[in-house]
Amino acid sequence: MVTGIAQAVFPAAAAGSLITKDGKSVGSTLIGQNFADPKYFWGRPSATSPQPYSGTASGGSNQGPLNPALVDAVKGRIDVLKAADPDNQLPIPADLVMASGSGLDPHISPAAATYQVARVANARKLPSERVAALINAHTQERQWGMFGEARVNVLLLNLALDDTPGK
Amino acid sequence: MTNHAWLLLGLYLVILLLAAKPLGGYIADVMEGRATLALRLGGGIESVLYRLCGTRREEEMGWLQYALAILLFNVLGALAVYALQRLQLWLPLNPQNFANVSPDSSFNTGISFATNTNWQGYSGESTMSYLTQMLGLTVQNFFSAATGIVVVIALIRGFARHTAKTVGNAWVDLTRITLYVLLPISLIYAVFLVSQGAIQNFDAYKDVTTLEVTKYDNPKLDAAGQPLKDEKGNPVTEPATTPTQTLAMGPVASQEAIKMLGTNGGGFFNANSAHPYENPTPLTNFIQMLSIFLIPAALCLTFGRMVGDSRQGWAVLIAMTLMFVVMAFVAMHYESQGNPLLGKLGVDMSGGNMEGKEARFGIDDSGLFATITTLASCGAVNAMHDSFMPMGGFVPLWNMMLGEVVFGGVGSGLYGMLVFAVMAVFIAGLMIGRTPEYLGKKIEAFEIKMVSIAILVTPLLVLAGTAIAVMAADGIAGIANPGAHGFSEILYAFTSAANNNGSAFAGLSVNTPFYNGLLAVAMWFGRFGVIVPVLALAGGLAAKKRITPSAGTMPTHGPLFVVLLIGTVVLVGALNYVPALALGPVVEHLMLSPAN
Repeated sequence: MVTGIAQAVFPAAAAGSLITKDGKSVGSTLIGQNFADPKYFWGRPSATSPQPYSGTASGGSNQGPLNPALVDAVKGRIDVLKAADPDNQLPIPADLVMASGSGLDPHISPAAATYQVARVANARKLPSERVAALINAHTQERQWGMFGEARVNVLLLNLALDDTPGK
Repeated sequence: MTNHAWLLLGLYLVILLLAAKPLGGYIADVMEGRATLALRLGGGIESVLYRLCGTRREEEMGWLQYALAILLFNVLGALAVYALQRLQLWLPLNPQNFANVSPDSSFNTGISFATNTNWQGYSGESTMSYLTQMLGLTVQNFFSAATGIVVVIALIRGFARHTAKTVGNAWVDLTRITLYVLLPISLIYAVFLVSQGAIQNFDAYKDVTTLEVTKYDNPKLDAAGQPLKDEKGNPVTEPATTPTQTLAMGPVASQEAIKMLGTNGGGFFNANSAHPYENPTPLTNFIQMLSIFLIPAALCLTFGRMVGDSRQGWAVLIAMTLMFVVMAFVAMHYESQGNPLLGKLGVDMSGGNMEGKEARFGIDDSGLFATITTLASCGAVNAMHDSFMPMGGFVPLWNMMLGEVVFGGVGSGLYGMLVFAVMAVFIAGLMIGRTPEYLGKKIEAFEIKMVSIAILVTPLLVLAGTAIAVMAADGIAGIANPGAHGFSEILYAFTSAANNNGSAFAGLSVNTPFYNGLLAVAMWFGRFGVIVPVLALAGGLAAKKRITPSAGTMPTHGPLFVVLLIGTVVLVGALNYVPALALGPVVEHLMLSPAN
């Protein structure tokens, strides 16, 4: 009965908020994807197994705060960020080096997006103001000014980047 | 704690109390069979159900008969969930062709969902068919919640009645609470969740083509399908790539609604309410938090109404609220401090400890959610408690150790709290040398015996279970994190199971015959080892006369009583668990300090 009502009133949401591009499904606005190419914005580290952002194995790292494996993992992620953009002097945003709870987090903080502007602009030969403007356009503030945190949907931002001419 | 955190907490309390008041009155109307609009609308369905089951609705039960009915109802429920899992391969609505679940895991899950624990040793999206999720788990979410509520209603009748032999009819109570309270709210709630993005369908899992090809290390398997390991014991992997992502589907929203409303907490997916398809937006997150405490708060006011003095209900509710605010503060404070070990690496920790948390919720909404879900015996999680800071993780653990009485599970929280209230007036009576009484009922030897059993059975299960697990090789094998945190994982598992919470320090590998068996025992006796003495207490109280208060009677609606009640709850919790806590989160917190 709930299924009936839900599919009649909110068909797209009930089916998983899928995004279609050129006739094929390229993802869901609610489910993050893995990005490692310098020309894309990267999302939260994902602890799903065997591959990151596995849609059928949601979960976090469950590493305790004092676990040496956590410290090593974060060190490794910092090294990757630094290697991709050695001149970046901005503070490293926590959410960009610490894994999400679901392993499918579609968002990053605006600070984490801003941190990556120089790298993405460089890889795409775009002016960094252009890239920063895209982030602004894709930043969602706290819902109703109160709930949650400000955030940027990584997949939607990257799709917008792909649609931006001047590559 | 930031201004935003205080504001969030304040707004939460205001909306909660505003919503609880009418609902509390409505539940009292429904349970006392007053001719409300709902009872007239649903009367037809009710009559058909009673005729089918051969129930005579005017026939009331004594406490023993009531308890036997509740036990029978829940044994049947557990068996149904067990059977559905063992047979799911041959049943419909299994588009992924998931195999039948192993006997030990099915046993554990059957008990888990019948006892309102909803502990999950399995991973939902890779184990359970849609039919098992809907007909087994979702249905049991309704029935276990209804069980908790009717038990507290029976206890309230024990206080309210005057030299009575009976405490109500279990079948009528179960039917009414499900039909007139749980079902209608869940229906509206589920549709709201879908409107925000929660999914609700029966489709097979969907493959989408991702923007970028994912490179990863795939573990190599030997001929038997077990992961290969090198000489050092590390898994052997080979590089692999995939151009697609498989999205798990299912009837999620309908299960999600009752999961929160009935303080069940068993997620459709492994990541529970951290999963974007279960909890898509910060708004759904807020509503999920509200719906956990909604019925437990409303029942306090139902209690006041049914015993004929609404101040009694408010006193209990205020005691709960005060304890809640303190714990919420501690959790949000320590999580917002971040992890100094990572701060030393140059990570900006001003945003707090984000490991295991979702960007859309952040620190405040995750810390608050963790406090609520463990004070209520819900156990849904929107962030991974295992990765909380030591004192942040202390809060969920301690909350459960209070016995799930601060709001607590639907029904179970209030009957637990009323047990503590009886204990509190007994202690006060001892201090001043008068026969204690509560709501006009004399508290005598039989009542105190039942109260003692109800209070002591869960700590016994928690501490004995933890002791067995840390001494057994099978128990140690499940630990994921080294040091004191590993002990905390085991302690958390047994605390969660025996108190029927169901959340976890999820690093612990529990889907083994050892843990499935032992935790199922803890869940069953943690639930019915309390319910049976509570119903006995109800029967004993109902049989007594209601005496009018005299000048020497201690009032149980004033600030003095609120303080006494909080003191009793905290003292009992501390006396039971401080040594165990000292070995887990406290040690870990102290180890972190020199790093500052």
